[in-house]
Amino acid sequence: MLEKINKQKLVVIGNGMAGIRTVETLLERAPDLYDITVFGSEPYGNYNRILLSPVLSGEKSVDDIMLNTEQWYDDNNISLRKGETVVMIDRRTCEVVTAEGARVPYDRLLIATGSNPIILPIPGKDLPGVIGFRDIHDVNSMVEASNSRKHAVVIGGGLLGLEAANGLMKRGMNVTVVHLLDCLMERQLDPVASGMLRKSLEERGMVFKMPAQTQAILGDDHVTAVRLADGSELPADLVVMAVGIRPNIELARKAGIHCERGIVVSDTMQTYDGRIYAVGECVQHRRQTYGLVAPLFDQAKVCANQLAMKGFASYPGSVLSTKLKVTGIDLFSAGDFAPGADKEEVVMQDAARGVYKRIVLRDKKIVGAVLYGDTVDGPWYFQHLRDGTDISQMRERLVFGAANLGDGGHAGQNSAATMSDEAEICGCNGVCKGTIVKAIMEKKLFTIDDVRAHTKASSSCGSCTGLVEQVLAFTLGGDYSTAPKIKPMCKCTDHSHDDARRVIIEQQLKTIPDVMKFMDWKTDNGCHSCRPALNYYLLATWPGEYRDDQQSRYINERVHANIQKDGTYSVVPRMWGGVTTPGELRAIADVADKFKIPTVKVTGGQRIDLLGVKKEDLPAVWADLNDAGMVSGHAYAKGLRTVKTCVGSEWCRFGTQDSTGLGIKIEKFMWGSWTPAKVKLAVSGCPRNCAEATCKDVGVICVDSGYEIHFAGAAGLHIKGTEFLAKVATEDETLEVICALTQLYREQGWYLERMYKWCDRVGLDAIRKQVVDDMANRKALFGRFSYSQQFSQSDPWAERAQRGVDRNEFVPLAELELA
Amino acid sequence: MTQWIEIGTLDDIPRLGSRVVRTAAGDIAVFRANDDEVFALDDRCPHKGGPLSQGIVHNKRVTCPLHNFVIELKSGEAVAPDQGCTRAHPTKVENGVVWLSLRQAAPAAAE
Repeated sequence: MLEKINKQKLVVIGNGMAGIRTVETLLERAPDLYDITVFGSEPYGNYNRILLSPVLSGEKSVDDIMLNTEQWYDDNNISLRKGETVVMIDRRTCEVVTAEGARVPYDRLLIATGSNPIILPIPGKDLPGVIGFRDIHDVNSMVEASNSRKHAVVIGGGLLGLEAANGLMKRGMNVTVVHLLDCLMERQLDPVASGMLRKSLEERGMVFKMPAQTQAILGDDHVTAVRLADGSELPADLVVMAVGIRPNIELARKAGIHCERGIVVSDTMQTYDGRIYAVGECVQHRRQTYGLVAPLFDQAKVCANQLAMKGFASYPGSVLSTKLKVTGIDLFSAGDFAPGADKEEVVMQDAARGVYKRIVLRDKKIVGAVLYGDTVDGPWYFQHLRDGTDISQMRERLVFGAANLGDGGHAGQNSAATMSDEAEICGCNGVCKGTIVKAIMEKKLFTIDDVRAHTKASSSCGSCTGLVEQVLAFTLGGDYSTAPKIKPMCKCTDHSHDDARRVIIEQQLKTIPDVMKFMDWKTDNGCHSCRPALNYYLLATWPGEYRDDQQSRYINERVHANIQKDGTYSVVPRMWGGVTTPGELRAIADVADKFKIPTVKVTGGQRIDLLGVKKEDLPAVWADLNDAGMVSGHAYAKGLRTVKTCVGSEWCRFGTQDSTGLGIKIEKFMWGSWTPAKVKLAVSGCPRNCAEATCKDVGVICVDSGYEIHFAGAAGLHIKGTEFLAKVATEDETLEVICALTQLYREQGWYLERMYKWCDRVGLDAIRKQVVDDMANRKALFGRFSYSQQFSQSDPWAERAQRGVDRNEFVPLAELELA
Repeated sequence: MTQWIEIGTLDDIPRLGSRVVRTAAGDIAVFRANDDEVFALDDRCPHKGGPLSQGIVHNKRVTCPLHNFVIELKSGEAVAPDQGCTRAHPTKVENGVVWLSLRQAAPAAAE
């Protein structure tokens, strides 16, 4: 109790986002400095005001948008006096006075009274049914009205007005928006984007009267209509005034604190009375007032720093960017885009796609941007705007965005990856990429909710959620080695894939139970996820020594065929380089007839798939195929699948090298090798690339002077062009580089991690260095690959069809007559 | 009055593996856990009918090969968050011989 008396007293007037953000930040910086009292006239804890629109439209509930529960105030020893209104500040005695007459002393006072909606001084403004759009009470009134009434008129076509109109429309009301100007959201949009927005909202059923002036609101005991200046009348059961906000400065003005449009504050968020601070929408700073959330949080940070007596932060003002929170409409605007003699513009407009981009430049720098329809690059432009980047180098392609400037093939999936650490991801809370990445690594975050909880990124309007998810994916899949602790293999262990691979080598562990015992596995014998991974790691680490554990193999690899949805299997014999013979084709046809195989299909990897084979028929099918000289195509394997080829110089008039022959040579050398995930190759005889080598795990493009080796492509779940690895002169060198590359992947890849993901994780340069530049290392890798091949090149079909391996797998244990 | 049918020996089933017993009413999957306890289930995943006998066995559970549903070997119940149940049949092992007692499809009013 004594301690409490000695503490300084901080009183906060206003329980909104700006005030409470200041308190939160203050508690982080100086937890025990103040005894804090918060006054809020609304009967709630602090909630997220910018999410009122989704509450109105029914996408979120009031509980969803609560930022601080009453428990939070208790936990932090904050006395919350909700529903109590401060009516006077007595600066002489340093006390605030409530409507009930209570007096509460302060050492420091923080005014965060926010703003009030502007109510037009027109007849009928006080009628029941006329409201603003500022708080939960307003939203409740609107929801109530939408349940029983039909016509709504929203006065004001700005950000807030359109969000209100959209919400009411979603709740089933007929909505007319009356706007004074002929351009919607004129503070954020230019006439073109505004026109596109209007069209899109009209298509959803919104009606606009603009330019139009409201003259009066009509009705006796409740609003019934709105009369415009031209004499026309709009039926109305509900009128929402959203023409703007006015800083709420009454309290400060009455206390004699200097106010203009808002409460005037310095760069340290102090008013003219040094004991009194102010933040948020009630504030006027360097002649600016702000109605968006990002600047409020910037101010809160500075103010908390000052209150914590650190005293070094100052607020220089904010540059704003805006996103409209209307579901399905992508709109972004930032900076200054009013036309001017000293400005230039880069404009792209594609009306059919509904895309419009306008970048405004001055002195080789971005000063403003308006994006409609495709806003993925908004944060990227905004970053350059705030940094004052000289964009003359990239001007040509500027309008196409970040994805077109750096490496190709990462767009969408990866655009957060190209952002700098200082780049802001969450515009609402001012959280930059570096902060998120740091939190993910230090706090071991894995989910978007974790990131939200720890960094506040994407916790306000939520429109950056996609980017935050990208950062999360990029960080966890990216530079893993610097992370203090990384994602465990599965629920059976806290250890990562890398841990397991390292320990297997360091401790010379040679069985799955040994690994599990040494690494304190949490389950007795793992699961379907970790056992196949460990089996692969042991196999790849100890070739010729480790005995493959069949029960830790996925069924396809256990029975060397692909299980289908009905429990039958598919069989794909190898066709070296995609070349076959009449004899092989005849044998395949015979097998299909003999075993009544229902479907015979050509695969994407230039071979033939026999689908619908019964499990017990597999050994006999294989025996017949073996007799015709065919072996398993490993179409089921996390291993070498196919080497696709074109016909090359043997037949093709454009062919520069024997691509077919090289493909066969590579396949004959590499078949049977197990890898972390499947590996598909292709060899094209010239840059026309008929074998589509540049979307494979490894692709060779023959040119007149030799062989270009590419790798890390994908054309499945993700589409990604290959990276160039090396150019060599001979077929032998080509084989050596490819085998060395594959061996490095076998030694470093995580189980089920495709080659392109491995490359993303460890880096192209690191791979090139080991496989191409360091000749001794290349030879060593090639040597290890070749060594392990001598143990793996035994046809699994022949083993089972002719030598009775795993015979039990293919016959029932018993057949019972009665059931 | 449980009727036991001899279906083979313990050695016929691999540890952490399974074998199939054919019956007129459909396949039964017989599993052998790491501690040699033996279980039998209808060879149909409650999810999409996948053959459980082809799954990976771990900790007295099996993972369906089609979509990774995990099923308790003892009860045939899917492990949360998945839902569903496949019929389990009593088994016993005596002197290395495995016995199975087929449980018929229960009448509609169960329990």
